[in-house]
Amino acid sequence: MSNSSGRSRLPISGLGLVALLGWIGALLALSWWMAQQSYRWLPVQASTAAPLVDGLFSFETGVGTFVFGAVVSVMAWVVLMHRAEKYDETDAEPIEGNTRLEVIWTAIPFVLVMAIAVYAIRVNTSLGVLGPMEHIHLANPVEEQGGYPADRLPAEQVEVIARQWSWEFRYPKANVSTTELHLPVDQPVTFRLVSDDVLHGFYIPAFRLKQDVIPGRAINFNLTPTREGRYRLRDSQFSGTWFAANQADVVVESADDYQAWLQNAARQPLQPGLSDAVGEYGERKQLKNPGWATVPPAPPPQVNVPGSNTLPHDA
Amino acid sequence: MTSATFPSSPPENQSWNRYFGFNTDAKVIGIQYIVTAFFFFLIGGLLAMIIRGELITPASDLVDRTVYNGIYTMHGTIMLFLFIFPVLNGLNNLLIPTMIGAPDMAFPRLNAVAFWLVPIFGFLLIASFFVPGGPAYSGWWSYPPVSIQNPLGHFINGQGLWLTAVALSGVSSIMGAVNFVTTILRMRAPGMGFFRMPVYCWTALAAQSLQLIGLPALTGGAVMLLMDLSFGTSFYEAEGGGDPVLYQHFFWFYSHPAVYVIILPVFGIFSELFPVYSRKPLFGYVYVSLASFIIVGLGLIVWVHHFFTSGVPQWMRNLFMVNTMLISVPTGVKVFAWLGTIWRGKLRLTTPMLFCLGGLFNFVFAGITGVMLATVPVDIHVSNTYFVVGHFHYVIYGAAVMGIFAAIYHWFPKFTGRMPYEGLGKLHFLLTFIGANLNFLPMHPLGLMGMPRRVSSYDPEFAFWNVLASLGAFLLGVSIIPFLLNMLSAWVRGPKATHNPWNAIGLEWLLPSPPPEDNFGEHVPTVISRPYGYGTGEPLVEHQAEIERQLCLQEAST
Repeated sequence: MSNSSGRSRLPISGLGLVALLGWIGALLALSWWMAQQSYRWLPVQASTAAPLVDGLFSFETGVGTFVFGAVVSVMAWVVLMHRAEKYDETDAEPIEGNTRLEVIWTAIPFVLVMAIAVYAIRVNTSLGVLGPMEHIHLANPVEEQGGYPADRLPAEQVEVIARQWSWEFRYPKANVSTTELHLPVDQPVTFRLVSDDVLHGFYIPAFRLKQDVIPGRAINFNLTPTREGRYRLRDSQFSGTWFAANQADVVVESADDYQAWLQNAARQPLQPGLSDAVGEYGERKQLKNPGWATVPPAPPPQVNVPGSNTLPHDA
Repeated sequence: MTSATFPSSPPENQSWNRYFGFNTDAKVIGIQYIVTAFFFFLIGGLLAMIIRGELITPASDLVDRTVYNGIYTMHGTIMLFLFIFPVLNGLNNLLIPTMIGAPDMAFPRLNAVAFWLVPIFGFLLIASFFVPGGPAYSGWWSYPPVSIQNPLGHFINGQGLWLTAVALSGVSSIMGAVNFVTTILRMRAPGMGFFRMPVYCWTALAAQSLQLIGLPALTGGAVMLLMDLSFGTSFYEAEGGGDPVLYQHFFWFYSHPAVYVIILPVFGIFSELFPVYSRKPLFGYVYVSLASFIIVGLGLIVWVHHFFTSGVPQWMRNLFMVNTMLISVPTGVKVFAWLGTIWRGKLRLTTPMLFCLGGLFNFVFAGITGVMLATVPVDIHVSNTYFVVGHFHYVIYGAAVMGIFAAIYHWFPKFTGRMPYEGLGKLHFLLTFIGANLNFLPMHPLGLMGMPRRVSSYDPEFAFWNVLASLGAFLLGVSIIPFLLNMLSAWVRGPKATHNPWNAIGLEWLLPSPPPEDNFGEHVPTVISRPYGYGTGEPLVEHQAEIERQLCLQEAST
C-alpha cells in the first residue's frame, strides 16, 4: 500500500500507472485466492465454532497476503531497480520524511487492525452465545449458562477428568465412564473439566476449541459437534513426560448410535481404560539407563468402555 | 591547532587476555558478552538439532521422552537467557558509549559484574544437565504445577537450578538496564539532544526501560516458584489455596515485553543500517524514534494474550486482543519508514544490508501471523500449537537474529579493526535465509492442523511438514559454519579496517578502528545536526573535516 501512496506524489507515466494498478489487481486476486485456500490448511469443520473461526482466519489470510505482498513488492522493486551503479559512491537524493505519508501509513494499519478486531469481537460474541467461551462457573453448573437459551440447554453434562497421562470421560446420568469420548451430532453438550494433578489442555482441533484444565477449578465448557466422525482430542498444555501421548479419540455419531453406545456401555463391567503412558512406563522400567527422572503415570482409569485411540481419525 | 593530539593513538596494551578477566572497558565487556553468547548459541543450536532429529519421525525414537522434554526446555532457556539477551547487551556495550560519545558506561564496575553473572548462571544452567534426575523439563515458561513436581524429591534438582539461574539472569539484566538507561540519559556528547540521538540508542533506551519495569515481576514470580518447589510454600498450588494461573500473570507480565526488549534494538539496527546502505536519511526519524516508546507503553498491557485459553473472562479477552492489535500500528510505522528509506536509494547489497532485508522480510511475515494470533477465536485454535512456534521463531530467528548478524558484520571492523570477508558473509546470509524459512514456515500448517507444541511424538499426518522443518533446521546448523569461519579468520588476519569502511555517518565512525579505551577522551565532538545526513552534505559534528583528516593521516602512517 505504501507502494501506491508513495508513488502517487511522484510523476508517473500513464503506462506506469496502468502497470501499478495491474500489479495491485494481481495482488488482490492473489489475496482472494489465498483466503479461499486457507480453509484447506485447517482440519475438517466438526463444530458450530469451526466455520466462524475459519471465516475469520480466511479474512485475515486475505488481508495478510495483500499486506505482505505489497511490502515484498516494494522491497523487490527497490532491490532490482534502485541499486547503486558500480563505482557510484555518491549519496541518493535526501528525503527525510513526509508528514502526509506518515499520517496515511499510521491510519491505514489502524483502520485495518480495528476492522479485524471488530470482526473478531463479533465472532467472540457468537461463540459466547454458542457456548464455548463461557466458563468458570464453580460449583453449580445449571445456574447462569452464559447466555445459553434455556430451550437449548444440554441434556447432560459430561465430566472430563485429565490426568498425567490419560483422559477419562464420565456420563453421570447413564453412569458410564470411558476413555473414548462419544458425542451425539448437532446436540449442544456441556463438559465439566477437572484435573487431578497439573495443567492440561482440552483441545479438539476439528472443533477449533481449546480450554485449559486447571487444578483446583471445575470449568464448564460448552460446544456443539456438527459432523459425524472420529476426531483427536489432544492435551495442549504441557503436562510432563508423556504429554505427547496424552491423546484420546472423540466419536461424533447420530443420536441413535449415541444412545445405543451409551446403553451398551452401561452394561459393561469396569476395566482399565486407555493409557499409553502406563504401557510405555512399564517398558521403560526394563531399561538399564532409561533417561532422566519422571513422575510415574497415574494408573489407567477404571471405565466401562476403554474404546480405542489407534483407529484412523478424520482430524 | 588545538586538536593536534587528537585522535589519540590506540593503546599498545591490546593483549588477548584482557578478554578473560574482570575488565571495566565497555568495549571489552561488549566483546565478552558477544563471544559468551555465541558459545551458548552453539549449545542451544545443538539442542535444536536434537529436537528436530527427534521430530523428523512421528514416533518418540531418538531420545527418551524425559530427555526430549529437558532438551526443548534448555533450548528455549539457553537461547533466550544465555544467547539473545547477552548478545544484545554486548551490542549495547559496544554501541551506546561510542554512538553518544561517552568514554565508557556510567557505572563501569557494575557493568562488569552484570557480565560476569552471565557465565555464572550459564554454568549453573549447564550443570543442571548433570544433577540426578536431569535438568528442568517444564518448558521455558515453567508453569506450575508441572514445574514443582520434582520427581526425585532431591533438594538440588534441575528445576531448582533453573530457577536460580533465571533469577540471577534477572539480577544481571537489571544491573545492565540501570547502566544503559543512565548512560543514555546522562552521558551524551555536547549538542546531542534526544532528537539528535541515533535510533539505536532510542530503541535501547526503550528496551532497557522495559527491563526495569518488567523484570521485577518475573524475578519475583520465579523466586515464589522456587519457594513452592523447595520450601513447601503454596503460592501456586491449588491444594494449599494457591492459584497456578497467578504464575502465568507474573511470567508473561515480563516475558511478553521481553519480546520487545529483543526486537526493539533490532529495529534500531535496521534503522541504522538501511540509511547507510541506501545512502539516504532515515525516513521520518522523529516518528520512528517515538514509535519505540509507543511500543513500550502498549507492550506492557498485552500479556494476557498468552493465556486466552486459561479461563480469562470475555471482556479481558477482547481488551487484550485490541491492545495487542494496536501494537501493529507503531510497528507498521517503522516498517513503512524503512521502505521509505530504501525507496529511491542507491542500494549497496553488502552482507549487513542483505541480513537487514532478509530480516525485514521475515519480520513482516511474523507480524501478519502475529495479528492472526492476537484475534481470540483464531488464537483459541492455534495457541500452544506449532503455529505459535513458527510465529515466534520468525520473530526471534528470522528477524532478531538476522538483525544481530547484520549488526555484527556492520560494526565488526569498528571494534576489531579488521574487515570481515564478503563472500563468506553472503554465503552465511543465503544459508540462513533459506534455512530459517524452510525450518519455520512448515510449522504454520502444522499448527493449523492441530499439532501441539512441545510434543516428543505426533500423529503420522504431521510427518511431511516436520521432515521439511527438520531439513531447514539442519541447514541452519550448517549456516553457522561460514559465520564462525569468517569471524575467526577475519579477526586474526582480515584486512585492516579504516575508521569508516562503509562511509557511514555517526560518532562511532569518527573514532579509529578499534577505538581507544576512553573513546574520544577529552575531545568529544559537538554534535550539530541530526543523524543520517546522507546526501544532505551537512556535517554531523563541528570540525568534522579536520577530525576525519586526522584519522586518515593516522591510518596512512600505520
